[in-house]
Amino acid sequence: MSQSVATKELAKKIINNEKTLILDVRNTDEFDNWKIEGENVEVINEPYFNLLDSVDPVVDKLDKDQEIIAVCAKGGSSEMIADMMEEAGFSQVYNLEGGMKAWSEHLEPVKIGDLSDGGALYQFVRLGKGCLSYFIESDGEAAVVDANRMIDVYEDFAKERGVQIKYTIDTHLHADHISGGRMLAEKTGGTYYLPEKDATEVTFDFAGLEEGKDITVGRTSIQVQPLYSPGHTIGSTSLIVDDQYLLTGDILFVRSIGRPDLAGKAEDWVGDLRNTLYSRYKELSDNLVVLPAHYSFAEELGKGGSVSARLGDLYQRNAGLQVEDENEFRKMVTENLPPQPNAYEDIRKTNMGKITPEVEEQKEMETGPNRCAVEG
Amino acid sequence: MEITANETLDAKGLACPMPIVRTKKAMTDLEPGQVMEVQATDKGSTADLKAWAESTGHQYLGTVEEGEVLKHYVRKASEEEAKEEKKHEDVINLKDLQNKIEGEEEITILDVREPAEFAFGHIPGAINVPLGELEERMNEIDQDKDVHVICRTGNRSDLASQKLTDKGYKKVKNVVPGMAEWDGPTNNNQ
Repeated sequence: MSQSVATKELAKKIINNEKTLILDVRNTDEFDNWKIEGENVEVINEPYFNLLDSVDPVVDKLDKDQEIIAVCAKGGSSEMIADMMEEAGFSQVYNLEGGMKAWSEHLEPVKIGDLSDGGALYQFVRLGKGCLSYFIESDGEAAVVDANRMIDVYEDFAKERGVQIKYTIDTHLHADHISGGRMLAEKTGGTYYLPEKDATEVTFDFAGLEEGKDITVGRTSIQVQPLYSPGHTIGSTSLIVDDQYLLTGDILFVRSIGRPDLAGKAEDWVGDLRNTLYSRYKELSDNLVVLPAHYSFAEELGKGGSVSARLGDLYQRNAGLQVEDENEFRKMVTENLPPQPNAYEDIRKTNMGKITPEVEEQKEMETGPNRCAVEG
Repeated sequence: MEITANETLDAKGLACPMPIVRTKKAMTDLEPGQVMEVQATDKGSTADLKAWAESTGHQYLGTVEEGEVLKHYVRKASEEEAKEEKKHEDVINLKDLQNKIEGEEEITILDVREPAEFAFGHIPGAINVPLGELEERMNEIDQDKDVHVICRTGNRSDLASQKLTDKGYKKVKNVVPGMAEWDGPTNNNQ
């Protein structure tokens, strides 16, 4: 029997930039759509059904003494192939437990920095999907921003640190993943904030996330200042935390900018997006550290696995911020967009409370990359 | 839709990779040209079966969802199709056939693919007699009409055209290449 490796161990390897060799045995269409990525990750694709008679097709490509992690959709096929490879003389083949489905759920907490008066800010990196959520703590209280569906991870983290989750905040109505904001607030007795303009169709109670209405975490008053910044959605609202950090949601990423089309209103919202990126954000301090809700490329993962950039630097090097001509900008964000995230319409409905799919179905809906950026 | 298959494989409740492992095994017992119905509940089985069929040369016909159950249809590649033998000489291309249909000429379109293939898409008005049943069912085809024989790629229809000609049919045309390239209107049995 081959050995297995947990998603947590694989996440550590990727974050530490260790050399990692992955044999992905899913069918090639799925592989091309979505795979494990990292700066030092090499991935080879050979569908399991081509290896049923013998693993010869991969024998030539791989070294028998190398460490190889076999991956498939749910872990069943890769386990079979890992066993077959071991029989064929491979000495270090590991099966990724739970496959891409489990990988998509793994959240890795990374400390971003300290806040005034002893508070701290953590980024939760969802490596399998490129989603980023945030945990702001101060004086026994915490706020979670853009929480994912796997809310026990935040609950456990809060417990470990002895803090109480008082607020959950979504910067916008998400289309690529199911929000954990509402559930987490219900479980911890906290308040769930959502921008009013994104919430016109929601079926549950929430607090409006509004510019001018600051949220205070802990008694030492870590200020969370909402800043109305429409474009990806009409309600999209950024958060300035402790005058140091700018949580941009899906408006501005490290290498790219948000797409305005996931609610079907690209033409209407492109002007808002431009205004947010080229005027509203420009008035802010260049020294703010941008913390987005997503990343798309392995290269965006920085030291310790975090994703961030100085706002002033992004005005120098982010391609989405360098388009002088308005028409050219309009063209860029409305034409030749990448495919939409998997099941994005049902995900939006779920986040509005209109439908409540079973957990297994929710997992299925979330397969694939986030695809919230315009990759200019 | 009603689809006829030669064999049925029950892979319900099995997780990946088992549906494909079982299908692969079952296909070896199938006669070339026959169709297998694979019943599975694993959602990933559709894409995998399709990709597996492509890589092995078998023909993935389609999938029908019935509640939780996915019914996949795969046709085993037939050796006969690959053979290069004598050809029926009178052929017609897809464009000319489409012109005839649009011009409302009185023609017969005889589709000699398996009923399962026919079910997933055929030219409106076509009659379906699979190649294997042609000899015993030839009386269903009017000798005096212009018979246009079609299959997926033109091979089975070539054999069928020859069979019809041998039996005395005078006006038989083989449609090339076949349904694989047809972009005109189609019906399915739904």
